Amino acid sequence: MIKLRFASPEMLVDINEIPDLGYHRIDADGSVHVGALCRHADLERSSLLATRQPTMAAAAPLVADPIVRNRGTLVGSLCHADPQGDWASVMVSLDGLVVAQGPRGRRTIAVKELVHGPFQTTLAYDEVVVEAIAPAPKGAPAGGYLKLERRVGDFATVGVAVSVDRTGDEVTRAGIGLTGVGGSTISADDAAQLLVGGPLTSDAIGEAAALAAQAAQPRTDHRGSASYKRHLVSVFTSRILTGLIRSQEEAA
Amino acid sequence: MTAVDEIKIGGMGASRRRVEDNRFIRGKGNYVDDIVLPGMLHMEILRSPLAHARIKSIDASKAWAMPGVRLVLTGETMAARNLAWMPTLSYDTQAVLATDKVRFQGQEVACVIADDPYIAKDACEAIVVDYEPLPVIVNPTQSLAEGAPLIRDDKENQSNNVVYDWEVGDKDGTDRVFDQADVISKIDLHYPRSHPAPIECCGSIADFNRATSKLTVYMTTQAPHIIRAAVALVAELPEQMIRIISPDIGGGFGNKVPVYPGYVASILASILLERPVKWIEDRTGNLISTGFARDIYLHGELALRKDGRILGVRMKATADHGAFFSDAQPSKFKIGLMHSAFACYDIPNAHLEARGVYTNKAPGGVAYRCSFRVTEAMFFQERMVQAAADDLGMDQAEFRRINFVRDDDFPHRTPWGFLTDSGQYGKCLDVGLEAIGYEEFLKEKEEAAKRGRLLGIGISTMTEPLGAGNSREYDILGIKMFDSAELKIHMTGKALLRTGAKTQGQGHETTWAQIVAHELGLPAEDILVEEGDTDTAPFGMGTYASRSTPVAGAAVAMVSRKIRAKARKIAAHLLEISEEDVEWELGRFYVRSQPDRGVTIQECAMAAYSNMPDGMEPGLENVAYYDPPNLTWPFACYIVTVEVDPETGVWDVLRLVAVDDCGVRINPMIVEGQIMGGLTEAYAMANMQFITFDEHGNCIGSNFTDYLLPTAWETPGIELHEVETPCPHHPIGAKGIGECAAVGGPAAFVNAVMDALKGTGVRNIDMPVFPDRVYEALQTGQDVSGAPPVRTDET
Repeated sequence: MIKLRFASPEMLVDINEIPDLGYHRIDADGSVHVGALCRHADLERSSLLATRQPTMAAAAPLVADPIVRNRGTLVGSLCHADPQGDWASVMVSLDGLVVAQGPRGRRTIAVKELVHGPFQTTLAYDEVVVEAIAPAPKGAPAGGYLKLERRVGDFATVGVAVSVDRTGDEVTRAGIGLTGVGGSTISADDAAQLLVGGPLTSDAIGEAAALAAQAAQPRTDHRGSASYKRHLVSVFTSRILTGLIRSQEEAA
Repeated sequence: MTAVDEIKIGGMGASRRRVEDNRFIRGKGNYVDDIVLPGMLHMEILRSPLAHARIKSIDASKAWAMPGVRLVLTGETMAARNLAWMPTLSYDTQAVLATDKVRFQGQEVACVIADDPYIAKDACEAIVVDYEPLPVIVNPTQSLAEGAPLIRDDKENQSNNVVYDWEVGDKDGTDRVFDQADVISKIDLHYPRSHPAPIECCGSIADFNRATSKLTVYMTTQAPHIIRAAVALVAELPEQMIRIISPDIGGGFGNKVPVYPGYVASILASILLERPVKWIEDRTGNLISTGFARDIYLHGELALRKDGRILGVRMKATADHGAFFSDAQPSKFKIGLMHSAFACYDIPNAHLEARGVYTNKAPGGVAYRCSFRVTEAMFFQERMVQAAADDLGMDQAEFRRINFVRDDDFPHRTPWGFLTDSGQYGKCLDVGLEAIGYEEFLKEKEEAAKRGRLLGIGISTMTEPLGAGNSREYDILGIKMFDSAELKIHMTGKALLRTGAKTQGQGHETTWAQIVAHELGLPAEDILVEEGDTDTAPFGMGTYASRSTPVAGAAVAMVSRKIRAKARKIAAHLLEISEEDVEWELGRFYVRSQPDRGVTIQECAMAAYSNMPDGMEPGLENVAYYDPPNLTWPFACYIVTVEVDPETGVWDVLRLVAVDDCGVRINPMIVEGQIMGGLTEAYAMANMQFITFDEHGNCIGSNFTDYLLPTAWETPGIELHEVETPCPHHPIGAKGIGECAAVGGPAAFVNAVMDALKGTGVRNIDMPVFPDRVYEALQTGQDVSGAPPVRTDET
């Protein structure tokens, strides 16, 4: 932003020296807590996520490129509020939260409420986010993240995060977040809601994929036409959900 | 005593580690931006935001008033010194700083010279330019339309937007074979605008010393001697008082051959201020204003006989040159060596028409890792060949094989007049087909198709002309294209070699020493190679068009032989025998009748300074200027297999096989590196790279977010194979190799995707073959053609 002369702040504050913010942990209830200085690479290599938070685990190796992953953070990505950010979609699909801290103390903001436009957040000027939280799953967590990028590290042409909690066959909670197909990260609520209350069937998946595509607000640009991007939202939603059925069948 | 072991001394065929990497991997390279001179000032360029507009006024008063600003240059300042315009290397003119109007987005309008680059940049933003927008032309169709606005109204006798019309070949004869053809295969293709995008952008430090009258310019140039000549002619400075130093260069790829306004402005600024002035271009400046590549439309036709023989070729090319015709290419060929297309095929009749047009886009058409439009020529050739094989319903490998020039048919005159001299085309193809497992893959493809999977295989075979000159046919602005080497053997047997070429990553410091080692038996590590300083290097035409090894490399061999001839006389003197009785083996002269009685080349070197024969000139130094009798003709066969995802249009490379015949390899490791680098760029061109413009002439592709460079993460693995047919005229049998893979590679990728789509009704998708274009083609069953449009939102 500074290099591109879009921003010329009078003061920059380096938060790297603040102690004890590099953590990520999973509490007994299954909620995931990510500190503001936890790097993407820590999440990519995390054995905790791999077993207990599959949507985050699927997205971690697809964020930006390996160099950025060594330096950048999940919380930083959420606060940057770039509609192309991968973590925002993942956290939206998980009904995620952030903890903001300022002179007036701490408050919790839903990730869906954090962003109100491209590169714009609802944070006060004197607040910083210190932690992101993926709440405890309502059942066994499953999910995935798929992204089309022209090159590793390019902005997503389209990204789709799907998260599904299940008790037995029944879907108890679902979330779908869409990357790069709107002015900010999109939560495909209707599509997610359709999945809740029953088992994942190919009919339900087809309907949810169509609803997710409807929720997208893509623009035509040099990464592809709006209709192509919309189509990809449908394909990716369907592929992730179909994969969940398949892995359930394999596990059975 | 016996001859030295050539591989042990790092001679020909040794995969010697690159000596230049010692400094590069330690961060100790010395690039233009690393150079700091006492009292140095910094220059920034103000560029036009509009693609076509009349300049009504320029108010630089606020910039002048800023603390730390030393000088503001505008077109007016330049015009007062007759420097507002400069000649290009293609007999056109180019604005240095705009005076009348701007003709492309990013054109240089003013320069600020200040104490540091930040002040200069801020001061550029303080300059107020009043523009009157004019209609914008972004493609040849608009450019040639009736009533199109005249872009080059600065030129006398220019009544339209045509740069040139050029043709070669036998039109009537070709038309006759088309009348007799069983099948005529036609295709329309576009090679999109791309950019060499070297990691180091362009830059210069001009240092004019009033006391000595000497102008020293450190600059990013692939051809320092041409620049010296150009500065002497344009700035009317005496040539002996101009010293061009090209230090370490972070990649050139053709981008650093032309003369850019920034160089000229920094020179004038230094003369006016009598202080060193540094100009370092930023990435956007590099991508939007300096020499781009390609941007050619082609209508191609092949006349075919039912049995698969090609009877004739017709090509009609339209090249978009942007606002100024500033290609760096041999003067007599207006569209470069486009007419080298089809050189590997035995075709009796051919005709090529080419038209160049002006548009409101950045100037150029430089050879990006290629010999003057050869990349476009070979891409069009191999796309036409695949389409023709498909039109005939013939196997694409077999179609190539029956049309190849045969091994016993050399020298062979191509239909457009080149003379190819060597090759084993059929053998290269066979090696490639065997490596990829051609027959097995065709079966696998058939099986996969039954399950709805789309597999494809693409082949690209080509020979290309590398190493301009000879000087009979190749010159730039009349300067003949030869090259040079100067070798100084010191008394201790160590040596200094300088050439007229200029390495930019090719590894000359390593390979040139290997040629000397091969010729003289001196260990390569004893030979220091220097290039790029016009006060010390012999005159040469620089490095581009894969000409270093074919021309300067040949000069290195020739000067080594001159040294050896003198050393032989010294050896005869030392051995007290007549010269006719002296025999040579690597590193040593000996008495023919007594092989154990001899002297080493190092002993001869010492004697050249301490014990030379009576009447002999002392010393052991010489220089050679080499004018090659012909171009060199390497051959390549690239084969790619892909799988296309029909739901998303995404295509993945399954395997990539490369068979290269570049004659004798001096350093096999460096040759392999060149091939891998070239295929990486080829993959990028096929898959992701383009620079396009919206209807207002805004450049889409002005940074590395929009203009993509491939990384190791997505670049496919490469399987390398080799065939060796020595060049019959090159002193060590070598041919050019730097560009082959970038030239021949793109068609292999596109052909593979098109093969996967065979049977869907789609015959062509123009590059870059983005997934959305593949998906669109699959949905519609139609070709997807032209430059990637910057589409407006669907309603």
